[in-house]
Amino acid sequence: MGTRVTASNSIRTYRKAHEEYLAEQPPCTHSIQHAMHAITLKNIEKKYATGTHALKGISFNLEAGSMTALLGANGAGKTTLIGILTGLVRKTSGQITVSGVDLDAEPERARAFIGVVPQEFNFSIFEKVEDILIDQAGYYGVTRSIAKERTENLLKELGLWEKRHAYSRTLSGGMKRRLMIARALVHEPRILLLDEPSAGVDVELRRGMWEFIRKIHAQGTTILLTTHYLEEAEELCEHVVMMRQGEVVRNAPVQELLKELTAQSFVFTTNQPLKEGGPYRLKQKNATTWEASLSAGTSVTKMIQDLSEQHVMINDIRPKANRLEEVFIEAAM
Amino acid sequence: MAYSPTIAYLTIARKEINRILRIWTQTLLPPVITQSLYFVIFGAFLGSRIGDIGGQSYASFIVPGLILMAVVTNAFSNVASSFFGAKFQRSIEEILVAPVSPSTLLAGFCTGGVVRSLLVGIIVFLISLFFVPASITHVWAIIYFSLMTAIFFSMIGFLNGMFARKFDDVSIIPTFVLTPLTYLGGVFYEISHLPGIWQTVARFNPLVYAIDGFRYGFTGSASTPIALSAITMFVLTLALGLTLITLLRKRVGLQS
Repeated sequence: MGTRVTASNSIRTYRKAHEEYLAEQPPCTHSIQHAMHAITLKNIEKKYATGTHALKGISFNLEAGSMTALLGANGAGKTTLIGILTGLVRKTSGQITVSGVDLDAEPERARAFIGVVPQEFNFSIFEKVEDILIDQAGYYGVTRSIAKERTENLLKELGLWEKRHAYSRTLSGGMKRRLMIARALVHEPRILLLDEPSAGVDVELRRGMWEFIRKIHAQGTTILLTTHYLEEAEELCEHVVMMRQGEVVRNAPVQELLKELTAQSFVFTTNQPLKEGGPYRLKQKNATTWEASLSAGTSVTKMIQDLSEQHVMINDIRPKANRLEEVFIEAAM
Repeated sequence: MAYSPTIAYLTIARKEINRILRIWTQTLLPPVITQSLYFVIFGAFLGSRIGDIGGQSYASFIVPGLILMAVVTNAFSNVASSFFGAKFQRSIEEILVAPVSPSTLLAGFCTGGVVRSLLVGIIVFLISLFFVPASITHVWAIIYFSLMTAIFFSMIGFLNGMFARKFDDVSIIPTFVLTPLTYLGGVFYEISHLPGIWQTVARFNPLVYAIDGFRYGFTGSASTPIALSAITMFVLTLALGLTLITLLRKRVGLQS
């Protein structure tokens, strides 16, 4: 991916829109408080006609300009929540405000602040890449000339410019994913909802996508990201909301959650014999692979040094699981 | 930048019209061929044996009905298939997540239906000139009734598309509702020729008013007072439009 994004332009646009929005608000504490929150959710409940109780009265806020990971196993209610925020799913009860605007009272105005990258591809297979973006901008009231300019910038930024005249159905999976990201950004939203944006894309592309998301975030966009890649959440987000069976089970900054780790597991390989147990609770996984469990405060360097003193040469070492994953497994599984 | 519903409307309408023109062999050509066959069979072959109706040849009598029949079926099928297709592909979500109001969404899709049906109507009219000489008495009636009919049946198509869950559902209304309404709406005969009870039943068919008013534009005579036909079509169209906007506001058939 290139780096030709019009960062300064986007920051200016965002700030201008934000200032315009604040100027429109009556001068009361309530509005100021809401303006600090990009999204507020109060007791959101969703019961499907099938009887599934997808959301059981969840409440949390997204700070303006933050990047938050929404984590949970399949069926936790993440996509239902994204659907409710974007108007594709009808909530049973609860209240939502988007940039201070009540989603029920002024749905169109509230939706104008949001850009969404859904989990499933949902563009017309009969449309060309460029047309999909220009039309999407049009739905948000962006004039055609501005839409064309933004489309060019986004397609170049996301490496799709060469495919601008291609029908969307002819794109690869990774390209389709990037097209959906471009489409979500073409109206320059304040809030970006990413529902598993990197599902099914290769490692290189995922890293490129991370860079792009970081850049969008640096420009002031509030981001809510659902993902099954815990590494992605830890890498990108400063805040995590964990859901289990329709309820929020954790809602805290990433660093705070990581501090709670009581132990961290590492897997390493060595050709030398070792004894199971000991201070690092060693367990043999196969002939050359071992697992060590380090209590909080014990550094992995210390363990390597200790083993080295015992003349044990470690060939390679890696965390058994991503650190956030360990917290997640404990809290949300 | 202030949000502009006009741009959103123009975007949806442009997309719909581009689709119609891009696949003109599916959207414009087939109805023209079908209506031409009606002219050949009912106008030229059978018409000469039927004799005059209301002082004009049978071929001249059926021209307005056949034009409006094309308007009805094309307005309906364009919006029903396009809207349901967008729902089926889930590309409708592109619009549903945007700040597009129910009236803008409805107007955008219905514009496609109106444009297609009127284009087909004009082509069918031009083809009719090969069979019968042109006879236009009240241009306003032709424009008014064709437009109201196109809008009304575009909205019927939209309603069908909203509730349809599978492709079969899109063909139910044309088969069980539109075809009977069209054939019993006075395309091929005058309502006043029906037996008493059937004349009363026919008064509940909106197409009776549409066809009668449209025919008035060509022939200058109508079996129903023209003001009644005009008001009926207006009221029905307005009522349907408001109903659809209410349903769209609640996102009926569009939300889980």
